[in-house]
Amino acid sequence: MSEPVVQRPVLAPDAPPAPDAPASLGEPVFRLRGVGVAYGGTPAVRDIDLDVRANEITALIGPSGCGKSTVLRCLNRMNDLVLDARVGGQVLYHGQDIYASHVDPVEVRKLVGMVFQKPNPFPKSIFDNIAFGPRVLGMKGSMDEIVERALRRAALWDEVKDRLEQSAYGMSGGQQQRLCIARALATDPDVILMDEPCSALDPISTARIEDLLLELRRNYAIVIVTHNMQQAARVSDRTAFFTVDEARVGHVVEMDATERIFQNPADPRTEAYVTGKVG
Amino acid sequence: MSTTRIAPASQRERALGGLFRAALLVSVAVGILTLVWLILSILIEGGPRIDGDVIARFPSSNPELAGAQSAIMGTIWVVGLTALITIPVGVGAAVYLEEYADRERWWNRLIELNIQNLAAVPSIVYGILGLAFFVRGFLGLGQTVLAAALTLSLLVLPIVIISSREAIRAVPDSIRHGALALGATQWQTIWRQVLPGAIPGMATGSILALSRAIGEAAPLVLLGGLTFITFNPEALDSAFTVLPIQIFNWISRPQEEFHVLAAAAIVVLLVLLVAMNAVAIFLRNKYQRKW
Repeated sequence: MSEPVVQRPVLAPDAPPAPDAPASLGEPVFRLRGVGVAYGGTPAVRDIDLDVRANEITALIGPSGCGKSTVLRCLNRMNDLVLDARVGGQVLYHGQDIYASHVDPVEVRKLVGMVFQKPNPFPKSIFDNIAFGPRVLGMKGSMDEIVERALRRAALWDEVKDRLEQSAYGMSGGQQQRLCIARALATDPDVILMDEPCSALDPISTARIEDLLLELRRNYAIVIVTHNMQQAARVSDRTAFFTVDEARVGHVVEMDATERIFQNPADPRTEAYVTGKVG
Repeated sequence: MSTTRIAPASQRERALGGLFRAALLVSVAVGILTLVWLILSILIEGGPRIDGDVIARFPSSNPELAGAQSAIMGTIWVVGLTALITIPVGVGAAVYLEEYADRERWWNRLIELNIQNLAAVPSIVYGILGLAFFVRGFLGLGQTVLAAALTLSLLVLPIVIISSREAIRAVPDSIRHGALALGATQWQTIWRQVLPGAIPGMATGSILALSRAIGEAAPLVLLGGLTFITFNPEALDSAFTVLPIQIFNWISRPQEEFHVLAAAAIVVLLVLLVAMNAVAIFLRNKYQRKW
């Protein structure tokens, strides 16, 4: 599988380039600085500083209600769909602020794919599920090839190649979730966001998805929210630990290499959480 | 004394349960028997005249020669045109209210409240509105097919909007989010995912609304549909009559033969209604989805 020459994705071609945007190799895909989100005036998360790098899996862990999903949804502007959601701070994607006024959230979502907690295939055939994204994006080339490539990347091709015209609803839950991953890959995004992608799946399906994530890491930046600490430890390269303060506002306690977070965390709260003393 | 023994139901509880079941059965029977009795009596009364002549002949002062063709064609024209007007407008309004309208805004709440209320307005009121607005006043269309279709459209529009909204709301948000997350615009999401998912519900609701329109006589009497019409409508500005009005007309004649003819026309109307409902059921079953 030959990958196209990696180009720095551009959100809004007409927009002036951000002043501090050197396309250096170590530049993170996402750089969050002082990000806060409030729903209807009530803050949900605050002061989030976070980097997401290419070819790495970044895990967001922490107790329920600490804002992991909220932060994840800032990265593809899905928070825009929530009435009264306000996002502050800077979310820089390759140096471009995706919340700048000239940026269309639709353009952001073309470059930043997402997989949801519960598999949500469209009520269509397997083929049409994959082809939906490329079609709405007006991608050129043979749709058969685009669909096959996406299914191969999601390690699903051999299982479904003989029943592409059948409804996606006939697949098992694990297959549906891999279909959703393939669907996200079909539009050639640069980042994949995953919101607890295995929480509705059995252990065998979970293992297959984890294998897939490690495979996909070669070509994509992946951000995964998970409640399963073993999962974070198994698949991620870097981990951010979230918690809530006294006012129930979520924030990042620390972010570091996954090994360090699990074996030698800097903060006692992180240690208490990863060793299962609280949670 | 063992506490694990299952106590038998008391005599009284059993009797109450049986009584309740019987009461429910009687309720169902009353509804079904009334319907069967109605249909049977119509079939028996209209029996001698249920033949090709009812469909093939035009109204006449001689009951032996009279048929309902102009009324049947009038009904098809008026209801067909009503469908062409209400379905796009109704679906459009439903999409706006469900997908675009910000419910926090007072004008959107006002629109919603109005639509709910309009569904409950008696049909004769729509007839008066149609007479003043479409036939005479503002549009001045005269007593035509178009004026009748516009009036019936107003009448059934609230029903179409409400049922389409239900159908759109039944499409889960996970489908919308899935499409939006792939970089689809809001319009692409609605057009390619939400509306196809809502088609069965919208089709059923629209057909049921049109079944109501097909049986309406009151507003069309006001619009001048009562005239003696011996030709089929040919254009939007043709004069017209419709089946319920033709039936009403015949029943009010003194001659017994016209009453028989009216019964035969009722059978035709019932067949049209049953056919439309059958299409609705077919569409619902064919496109039914589980989310």
